[in-house]
Amino acid sequence: MDKPRILEIDPVTRVEGHGKVTVHLDRQGNVNEARLHIVEFRGFERFIQGRLLWEVPVIVQRLCGICPVSHHLCAAKAMDRIVGVDQLTPTAEKMRRLMHYGQVMQSHVLHFFHLSAPDILFGFGSPAEKRNVFEIIRQNPELGHRAVLMRKYGQEIIEATAGKKIHGTGAIPGGINRNLSTERRDQFLAQIDEMQDWALEALALARDYCLREKDFIAKFGGQPSNYMSLVRPGDGALDLYDGNLRMLDARGEAIFDQVDDSRYHEYLTEDVRRWSYMKFPYINSIGADDGWYRVGPLARMNTADLIDTPLAAKAHEDLHAAFDTPLIHGVLDNHWARMIEVVHCVEKIRELLNDPDLQGTDLVVKGERRHEGVGVIEAPRGNLIHHYKVDENDQVTFCNLIVSTTHNNEAMNRSIRDVANKHISGQEVITEGMMNHLEVAIRAYDPCLSCATHALGQMPLKVELFDSNDVLIDSALQSP
Amino acid sequence: MSGDSFTFTIDGVEVTATPGQTIMEAADAAGIYIPRLCDVEGLRHQGGCRVCTVKASGRSAAACTQPAAPDLVVDNETDHLNTMRRHLVEMLFQEGNHLCPVCEASGNCELQAMAYRLEMVEPFRFPGLEPCRPVDASHPDIALDTNRCISCGRCIRASADVDGKGIFGYVGRGIHRRVAVNGSDLAHTDADINDHAVSRQVCPVGCIIRKREGFSIPIGEREYDHGLIGDEGDSE
Ligand code: SF4
Ligand code: SF4
Ligand code: FES
Repeated sequence: MDKPRILEIDPVTRVEGHGKVTVHLDRQGNVNEARLHIVEFRGFERFIQGRLLWEVPVIVQRLCGICPVSHHLCAAKAMDRIVGVDQLTPTAEKMRRLMHYGQVMQSHVLHFFHLSAPDILFGFGSPAEKRNVFEIIRQNPELGHRAVLMRKYGQEIIEATAGKKIHGTGAIPGGINRNLSTERRDQFLAQIDEMQDWALEALALARDYCLREKDFIAKFGGQPSNYMSLVRPGDGALDLYDGNLRMLDARGEAIFDQVDDSRYHEYLTEDVRRWSYMKFPYINSIGADDGWYRVGPLARMNTADLIDTPLAAKAHEDLHAAFDTPLIHGVLDNHWARMIEVVHCVEKIRELLNDPDLQGTDLVVKGERRHEGVGVIEAPRGNLIHHYKVDENDQVTFCNLIVSTTHNNEAMNRSIRDVANKHISGQEVITEGMMNHLEVAIRAYDPCLSCATHALGQMPLKVELFDSNDVLIDSALQSP
Repeated sequence: MSGDSFTFTIDGVEVTATPGQTIMEAADAAGIYIPRLCDVEGLRHQGGCRVCTVKASGRSAAACTQPAAPDLVVDNETDHLNTMRRHLVEMLFQEGNHLCPVCEASGNCELQAMAYRLEMVEPFRFPGLEPCRPVDASHPDIALDTNRCISCGRCIRASADVDGKGIFGYVGRGIHRRVAVNGSDLAHTDADINDHAVSRQVCPVGCIIRKREGFSIPIGEREYDHGLIGDEGDSE
């Protein structure tokens, strides 16, 4: 074979949220380039133009079926600024935080159970038909049961704060539209000990896995990179709802730190590439070639100086103690990071439930109208930025969104290339192992693509191998 | 009971009416709900939407305009009538652009509530017209999202008859007939946030918007969160 070949991975059975991977091979069968094509979010920024500012936090939830609450809160934070509010009432901020912790918790638990646990319990080597949620329930019914109840707990918190489990209306510009009844509070408090115990058990499972597979993880699709997240002003603690931007390099040195989130565009530039709808942000001071970075649970574990809840704080220290590098780079170590965040969320939820401010009645503040506003939040999958301009008629004239998958875009492409290099180069035919490894690499970033929400081995994939004349020379299909 | 009053029946229930009362007024007084969209308390009757259609001694009539008469036999809650009403409501949905999950009227909207009451379900039998309609947000306190207007005319009557202003009126004909403001846009009318025409009771849908109030009522406390429109003596 002497012609360059293109290997295509194309999830075909989902209309929304499909991604496509093309791996470009050279004449020797080595990987030339690997690209992840994403069509998600196309057109949304235009769709929102002309809409009225208070509709935006509700409308943006339709943007993504995976974490609507993050978009809801992020847009509300941007709109707070537009209605001139820099400080919410304690009740409003705490209700929003409760909603957010509930969302991160349920999202992480879902991810753990459906996507991580099959790897953790059965390993990559096990046959695809074993690596799924049904097999977990069969072999470990108690774990399955707990995951369902933990997820339900998080969803009920969303419902109690936003009015509905999905697509609620809780956050409004300048505040929140409800407080928490003591009845609901007591229901949640009654279960919180159990949630904490289960969260700690899940953390132990993820931790054991990451330690056991440390060598494999170190070699798997992970390379040192820069990391960004919000951190709390002052002490640099983990803060999922609010804070300033911090970017660290791979050695843990600050590239920028404690930057007001509304100034994100002074530090980041979004590169456009011809073949992708999704932009490629990079750090201005480093430039487009090397200025890529990662966001997400592991990024947060790297950027945060500390965690302000005791159990998660201990787990955070424990995580860093397990590595002799300043920062942790394995994409699969996100499993561990995610479970530390679940513990943190449970602790935060308990703290909030015990706070009488949640029963306060001062819900909304008003301020002097501004024309521009940025909101930033740490969504389950990482940093999320919403930026709007609104005219004097209250209509949106400009919208820019950077979702966590966009932040991770370059890193994901590099991981795919890395995996492709190790597993594909020189292969004449498409093997199941080849597909698995590319799939795992995509999924390890937990992109907000609906194709990526299928368990390993379940992602609908079409793989096609072309020669340099675009003639199909091999193809393979995987259906969920 | 006044000497002039008379009786008739609605779905077999005897109802008392006085001369000049419409079937709907008599029904309301008796606590019987007849579905409606263009009719609302405090405004003169228009008889436009036909959602209130009943059989009055065998003949179809708009209950909001048809006078009650002695010994009339009125059918209201029949499968036949409710199916017809459902089709009318569905056409109102399909003539505009209704995205209930992102609409601030959701939960307080009479059209949506009527769809629930009449058990309208997808897939729809009528095609969506998906018109291209503008949002008029020019006024400092009021916005119009005509994507959701059902041309019920309630704002026209409220503005003309109660506010004495004539801010709203019909333009166009047939399927193109629409409600528009009497000026280049709302900012160029003398519309005021205190007008009855822009009060929450008048526009049954999310077309006339009181700015910066959207989504302030939490889910669970909205008008139709706890029951169907027309139930629990809700017969405005
Ligand atoms: S006006 Fe009513 S029917 Fe139309 S989108 Fe809004 S809630 Fe739905
Ligand atoms: S704006 Fe509202 S009240 Fe006026 S005709 Fe349209 S739907 Fe009816
Ligand atoms: S309510 Fe009678 S015709 Fe509309």
